[in-house]
Amino acid sequence: MPERTATIASRSGLHARPAALFAEAAGEQPVEVTIAMQGEPADDALDAASILSLMTLGAAKGDVVVLRAEGDGADAALDALVKLLETDLDAE
Amino acid sequence: MQNFQGVGVSPGRIIGSVRQMPKPVSEPPSGERLAADVAPEDAVAGLKAAAQSVHDELKGRADSASGDGKAVLEATALMAKDTMLLKSAAKLINAGSSAERAIWEAGASVSEMLHNLGGYMAERATDVLDVRARIVAELRGVPAPGIPASETPFILVAEDLAPADTATLNPSVVLALVTSGGGPQSHTAIIARSLGLPAVVAAHGVDEIADGTEVYVDGAAGFVAVSPSEEQRAAATAWAETSATLAEFDGNGTTADGHLVPLLANVGGAKDAVAAAALGAQGVGLFRTEFCFLERDTEPSVDEQAAAYKAVFDAFPGKKVVLRTLDAGADKPLPFLTDATEPNPALGVRGYRTDFTTPGVLERQLEAIARAASESDADVWVMAPMISTAAEAGRFASLCAAAGIQTPGVMVEVPSAALTAATVLREVGFASLGTNDLTQYAMAADRQLGPLAELNTPWQPAVLRLVQLTVEGAAQEGSGREGDPKPVGVCGEAAADPALAVVLTGLGVTTLSMTARSLAAVGTVLKTVTLEQAQELARLALSAPSALEARDWVRAKLPVLEELGL
Repeated sequence: MPERTATIASRSGLHARPAALFAEAAGEQPVEVTIAMQGEPADDALDAASILSLMTLGAAKGDVVVLRAEGDGADAALDALVKLLETDLDAE
Repeated sequence: MQNFQGVGVSPGRIIGSVRQMPKPVSEPPSGERLAADVAPEDAVAGLKAAAQSVHDELKGRADSASGDGKAVLEATALMAKDTMLLKSAAKLINAGSSAERAIWEAGASVSEMLHNLGGYMAERATDVLDVRARIVAELRGVPAPGIPASETPFILVAEDLAPADTATLNPSVVLALVTSGGGPQSHTAIIARSLGLPAVVAAHGVDEIADGTEVYVDGAAGFVAVSPSEEQRAAATAWAETSATLAEFDGNGTTADGHLVPLLANVGGAKDAVAAAALGAQGVGLFRTEFCFLERDTEPSVDEQAAAYKAVFDAFPGKKVVLRTLDAGADKPLPFLTDATEPNPALGVRGYRTDFTTPGVLERQLEAIARAASESDADVWVMAPMISTAAEAGRFASLCAAAGIQTPGVMVEVPSAALTAATVLREVGFASLGTNDLTQYAMAADRQLGPLAELNTPWQPAVLRLVQLTVEGAAQEGSGREGDPKPVGVCGEAAADPALAVVLTGLGVTTLSMTARSLAAVGTVLKTVTLEQAQELARLALSAPSALEARDWVRAKLPVLEELGL
């Protein structure tokens, strides 16, 4: 299964506005994307399009997360979402 | 013609049509099952459709909002169709639960999870509960809870408003507030005054007024009338004109004969301070520092505090800014300072008392204040909330001295401090009366309780007597900065009531501090009386057998109030 790691760049972590923007973007992808903290089993991964899941994940700035997806367009979807995580969304 | 009498808490005369705030959504009964003739798949599909329409409604509101409000609404909209929430609800539906009960329970467990994470996440826990209530309302086909969304202006009628309702209250659409519950110190009253909206609270029976009914509201007289008369229409038209002239304060608080009573503003941060300065405030009489601390799990650093305080001081160069040290506890809990399990938080470890249980926080705050003061041109005074004894006042003064703060003072909110004002003021440079808490403690009546509204007014002769005792104590104690009695200000809601402001001036209060929107009205009325007349009115109010008579007697001698609709 294609996967990518990304380092959270937003100052407030994956909360608040960054979480909303990321969840919305994940929901717009043609494939289902999951998110987990690096080092956690893939089985425990959460739905990346769920803002509530993202909030309970509690990823702070500098934390590394793993995104996974399968199917047509998975690689493009993952690339787009990694880029979003590595942007400081609080600064916009 | 039907009339309703309540308590007027924010002046203004206006005519408009009523919109009732929908009743809170009731909890679907525990164990409520899916109807026998509904397939679980259909119930899940119905839930998803309801969630989608709640999402669309919130998203639509987010699109027309701005700033922080927009971000919160966007996040809340996403929660409505969140897969985690809907999947766990679907699981419950498949196990035989009704859709309403399923989303209710799913929302509760997500909300609890967020609550347990603390901090920012804990704040979002209430958003999940709001979304849950909206979805249940949608499923039931009843109006969504909260302030109705409307393009046309209306008079909002509710049981009472919560602090959270302020965020969704659009003052360009809401003309006035009328509630059946609440009291003069309720959140509704505070919201109305800060937005400058006419408001009547504790008006029994208004819940029955149908949506769309045209009513007349007099926020000074506390009066609501269905089918307004010609006189009332004329009064509303006249108010539209006077309110324009009452919008600006000339920056000079004085009686007709030139007795100066500086009119100051109550502020909660730099934004308020800048707005208050623009409205002509002669300084700040109450700078609430809680904004720096609220919604935090840990104490802000000295640097962070100093920067925040300086931003307020800088709005008033060369003018007085009275800062109140951290006032946590009771209705303002803080995880690192207060104990949420106290059986009686209003009588608990709150205000200055948190220094007994968590020493150090106050000293670090004083250090930050001293630093900010040294870097600004404001004349900074610092007072402690909830001081009960002269010994506490003395200890606070020595902490201030150690930090290099010149002018320490105390809030007089506890009746014991008013009764022993002379000894309390021997220790410090000034006192400021917090009439909201002083009233609550003098009358032993919770500020938020509608049934106690009549007790809970600063017009109570007992409260006025405590004000008088404080002023007398200050006079006995003697010299303040220039050999005069030490200053005694008022920074509670009482100062914003023009009639009470006259009485307080007559009692010998030296400054009045209020929400900046009330400055012009208070300043206008104060200019119509001499100090001697104010003293006469103060004697009249003190001699009244009840709060109602005190208010009526004083108002009868101040015809300017009726003329201006105040």
